Amino acid sequence: MAKYITKRIFRSLITMLIILTVLFSLLRLMPVEGYFENYDKMTQAQIQAKMNTLGLNDPLAVQMVRFYRQLLQGDLGTSTKYRIGVPIRQIVGEKIGISLTLGLISLGIALTLGLSLGVLMARSTKTRFRIGDRLGMVFIVIVQAMPSAVYHILIQFAGSQSALGKSLGMKMLFEMDDPATWVLPIISLAVGNIAYYAMWLRRYMVDESNKDYIRLARAKGLPSGEISRKHVFRNAIVPLVQYIPNSILLTLMGSLYVESLYSIPGMGGLLVTAIKMQDNALVQALVLIYAVISILGLLFGDILMGIVDPRISFAKKEDAR
Amino acid sequence: MKKFGFSYRRRAEEQLADQLNDHLQETLDASEDALFSFADFDAESAERTGYSDYSYWGSTLRAFFQNKAAVFFLVVMLAVLLFTFVQPMLPGQKDPLEIHTNAWGLPLNNVPPGTDGFLLGTNAIGQDLWSRIWAGTRTSLFIGFCVALVEAVIGILVGILWGYVRKLDFFFTELYNVLDNIPQTLLLILISYVLKPGVSTIIFALCLTGWLGMARFIRNQIIIIRDRDYNLASRCLGISTGRIMFKNLLPYLVSVITMRIALAIPAAIGNEVFVTYIGIGLPLDTPSLGNLINTGRSLMTMSSLRYQLFFPVTVLAVITISFYIIGNAFADAADPRNHVK
Repeated sequence: MAKYITKRIFRSLITMLIILTVLFSLLRLMPVEGYFENYDKMTQAQIQAKMNTLGLNDPLAVQMVRFYRQLLQGDLGTSTKYRIGVPIRQIVGEKIGISLTLGLISLGIALTLGLSLGVLMARSTKTRFRIGDRLGMVFIVIVQAMPSAVYHILIQFAGSQSALGKSLGMKMLFEMDDPATWVLPIISLAVGNIAYYAMWLRRYMVDESNKDYIRLARAKGLPSGEISRKHVFRNAIVPLVQYIPNSILLTLMGSLYVESLYSIPGMGGLLVTAIKMQDNALVQALVLIYAVISILGLLFGDILMGIVDPRISFAKKEDAR
Repeated sequence: MKKFGFSYRRRAEEQLADQLNDHLQETLDASEDALFSFADFDAESAERTGYSDYSYWGSTLRAFFQNKAAVFFLVVMLAVLLFTFVQPMLPGQKDPLEIHTNAWGLPLNNVPPGTDGFLLGTNAIGQDLWSRIWAGTRTSLFIGFCVALVEAVIGILVGILWGYVRKLDFFFTELYNVLDNIPQTLLLILISYVLKPGVSTIIFALCLTGWLGMARFIRNQIIIIRDRDYNLASRCLGISTGRIMFKNLLPYLVSVITMRIALAIPAAIGNEVFVTYIGIGLPLDTPSLGNLINTGRSLMTMSSLRYQLFFPVTVLAVITISFYIIGNAFADAADPRNHVK
């Protein structure tokens, strides 16, 4: 296993190089007009001067070497358009903490509630009227059916404008030092994940609980609580475990919808803004960060899956294909 | 009475004994040859041994159609699908792009639903919302089906190879990492810069990265079952990799795969809403649920105009719920353990 992990980390470095190179080339394909606010009114000389200061006139290889040299010195560069002249490390540093805090709290809530709801629903499929399953299904269907852009607004409105919300003193917008304003964004972030985890855990548990060894356990007279805790749940959680490290790391990215609705100064939407503004240095830095996050997420997911289910192995086996 | 009954019983007993004796005599009389004759070889009855009329897909369909809710939503789904095609041919339908004006040439904008012959009212520039919603549903369903189909085919193929063939693990893991980390926004902007923005462009753009999630999902499932004993046994017996993939691995995953595909269609539509939200979706003269919901969303603060959000969201909700319920019921039905009650 250790050998496999070292190998994969080593390969990931090559992958990072490929990602950054591809991204670098793609960014240079973007229309030149995008770098200027009033391209039509500028003279050719002005445009050339600006392009020179941005370093866009050099050959691609030269630009790339300059970029990598900068990167190896631990410098992410400075923003050229989003906040001109501000080091990217500073921009990201200001924003990342907020997204991470909100994201981790909401993910914690989503995992606890979502997994318990999933277990509850799966266990209730064995009861006569399946009340728990039906109610949970209604919740999941509602969340799935509405586009997330819409239910975020609904939560914001219902939470801050309704009689109940007003009496609780909920505010529409996020304020850093008022913890009460954190509640609504956290709910908005958590709802989708609760439904997601509950839906898939139910699916896997129902599939698992139809297996013969569960039937044997039931015939032996094992209490159903023990069966679902010790047998069904442990096997059903394996496919979900792969996504958990990724979800934790992904909270760093923030949520575009939620952060723009509550005007939270987080990471969500920063990448889209940077791409649309053609702030190349910022795009490169963000993609670098996100790539590290998602590569580590996949790796940790695989490791965790191997720990949770010892039958899974990534190491090369005799006779394996 | 008593006496009669007694005698009747005795007579019956005697009769039975006689019959038994006769039968025994007959059997003894028969020659041994007749008793122990060779059976002829009958090809038909030889085939019959071990025959079962179990058919996997037949049982799956039967189990599916026993689920009343699923059948109901299947009918709803088909009705919506049919209506999106029939609607333009119905009498009295308006063009989704025509801007309606009153006698003085001013646009009839934001007409509330049900007035002036506009069933669902008009939008901010005076276009008929009813026909725009159905035109939009048609576009969005088309996008959803195309993207989900491509996603399913490429995603399942890549996922199963990625998960099962260890030699390809390196290649696909890194390919996934590269493709997953090139921002979709950047690709969309570049594509819309090169190609004309439109339905086929957006399908192409969504397909380009859409299969990644499906591939990873299948790959995780395969990794869990690839070293189970029955696969090991197949490998020891020298079964080819392709046969193991399609006979051992895929059938095991039918239930989760169908559920995932059923969710892929609404997800593709939702993705289109997102792409429109960041401003690089379909142009406004191609109505889709994405740009209808987005327009409605920006008007949500005005309660008199909320209908412009409500109607497209309702249609999207009906589609999503139908797919979700159908997918879930089909996944339940596809599990052979649920076939035997």
